[in-house]
Amino acid sequence: MKATADIAPGQTFGSVTDKIADIVLTRRTPLTWFAVMYVAVLLVGLFVIAVSWLLYKGVGVWGIKIPVAWGFAITNFVWWIGIGHAGTLISAILLLLNQKWRNSINRFAEAMTLFAVACAGVFPLLHLGRPWLFYWLFPYPNTMNIQPQFRSPLVWDVFAVSTYATVSLLFWYLGLLPDLAAFRDRAKSSVVYKTYGVLSLGWRGTSNEWTYHRTASLLLAGLATPLVLSVHTVVSFDFTISILPGWHSTIFPPYFVAGAIYSGFAMVLVLAIPIRTVYGLKGLITERHLENSAKVMLATGLIVAYAYMIEPFTAWYGGNEYEMYAFWNRAFGPYWWAFLLNVTCNVFIPQVLWFRSIRRNTVALFAVSLTILYGMWLERYVIIITSLHRDFLPSSWGQFSGTFWDHATFYGTIGLFLFLFLLFIRFLPMISIYEVRELVHETVRDNR
Amino acid sequence: MKPYGIIAEFDTPEDLVRAARQARDRGFRRIETYTPFPVPEIEDIIRHRNWLPLVVLICGATGTLTGYLLQTYIAVYDYPINVGGRPLHSWPSFVVIMFELTVLFAAFGAFFGTLIFNGLPRPYHPVGNARGFEAASQNRFYLAIEAADPQFDAEDTARFLASLNPERVEHVAG
Repeated sequence: MKATADIAPGQTFGSVTDKIADIVLTRRTPLTWFAVMYVAVLLVGLFVIAVSWLLYKGVGVWGIKIPVAWGFAITNFVWWIGIGHAGTLISAILLLLNQKWRNSINRFAEAMTLFAVACAGVFPLLHLGRPWLFYWLFPYPNTMNIQPQFRSPLVWDVFAVSTYATVSLLFWYLGLLPDLAAFRDRAKSSVVYKTYGVLSLGWRGTSNEWTYHRTASLLLAGLATPLVLSVHTVVSFDFTISILPGWHSTIFPPYFVAGAIYSGFAMVLVLAIPIRTVYGLKGLITERHLENSAKVMLATGLIVAYAYMIEPFTAWYGGNEYEMYAFWNRAFGPYWWAFLLNVTCNVFIPQVLWFRSIRRNTVALFAVSLTILYGMWLERYVIIITSLHRDFLPSSWGQFSGTFWDHATFYGTIGLFLFLFLLFIRFLPMISIYEVRELVHETVRDNR
Repeated sequence: MKPYGIIAEFDTPEDLVRAARQARDRGFRRIETYTPFPVPEIEDIIRHRNWLPLVVLICGATGTLTGYLLQTYIAVYDYPINVGGRPLHSWPSFVVIMFELTVLFAAFGAFFGTLIFNGLPRPYHPVGNARGFEAASQNRFYLAIEAADPQFDAEDTARFLASLNPERVEHVAG
């Protein structure tokens, strides 16, 4: 028996069902939920104002101008989509690897993925300038007689991100079906009964249903695994396929994927640590979950640190003066402060995770996770701004800084994310009940 | 009205598996189990032809082909763009979208295949008429022998189910 378990001892099928379902169906919503919801709604208001102003005036209200035309929008896009990746890693890759500890954190990690992808999608759409014409991105027969350019990584990105969002949604909903049926069968009022009844599609738990459910889950996990790696690879192609110094690099795909998982696990912890305290779920989301997530962050953080080191080395070893200048400029140019903060937050501070006492200390872990989230945002900011603002010709150099509306839109999406997530924990089972029952069953059997 | 069948309630998945095996060995063909989580042993007792992997394979292959044909048609015939004299049929740059559409179509196959093969959505099912059947999605395990079974006999079958040591046995209306 391990010192720290996947699930606290003494649980039964009924007790775990009660614990998770009662949060939604019978228990009073905690005051903390209302407090965070209040902040989230304020930020959503800010988001609505920022987007309305942008639509009214045009993308010029952001700080973007030539040479830095990507600015905050693409930084935020890459940051959000990276956060989503940990959810898919937990739900798909750890399922294929038979890691039982994932069972109590996969549901809300998948929800986190969906909402993060939704926030990510906002930015390239708004950055289009005329977002209401977004459907021009897709190939369809049209009277203008024009079609997308399939040799462009930006078009690949459209397909990669929309496929990712769709597959994540299907996977999430499929997993929800048995739990929605459990909610239906516990309903005390007819409105609740009908709502969850319709959503559960009439799930009964027959042997046939479970056989197909299991097969479909494994197949979707098998599909989502290469998909999640491909999505951030394609995102990195947006940069590497260009010839810009600081972007044109073969290390980008693995470096971006590692960074995505790094920030994603940080977000998992930022969400999980308050949730398990507020809702009293320490028996289901145990210290082992937090510690394992911290270990994943440590490992992916080291990959990111390695990429930080090998990039300037390759530039120096390659001997290309523009490439060498790009990295000199990154560390010592006008944006040195961003680079220094980025390395501090992503490389130096997270090394405290080597100590078990830090990994077991929820407050410290929460603080380190926030640091990593900030560091990963800065990483994308540094990559985008420092590479674009000084390229080959000094006559075309320029400076960039975010405006009030840049910040407002970004904080607005944080509000949107929190808003969606709070609705999720209020109305849906935030922990996969049937998978925790399986875990109880296996734990009981193993101990006999 | 014709009855749906008889169900027996069990406390643990092990009891259910033992009972389902005895029911099958007794020669019943229309047996069904209702469990709150997947019990893999049941799959060996009540066998189903699982067509899902094949469906997903076909959907995935359709996606690959769609991706290739879509891009080739547009890039070569419908809207050719000459970029410095490079070939129009530049298939390596089509691979990414071919892959994405493979995954997308296969995922649709897996999701909708699961629903279709299970007959979902299904708003009404007679087994829901059983008293306390709500527990099937919570913490109880049920074995049903349907009235459609050739060997079904209201009294005999009920007696047989009672001999399997269930918590209780119930006749369910259709």
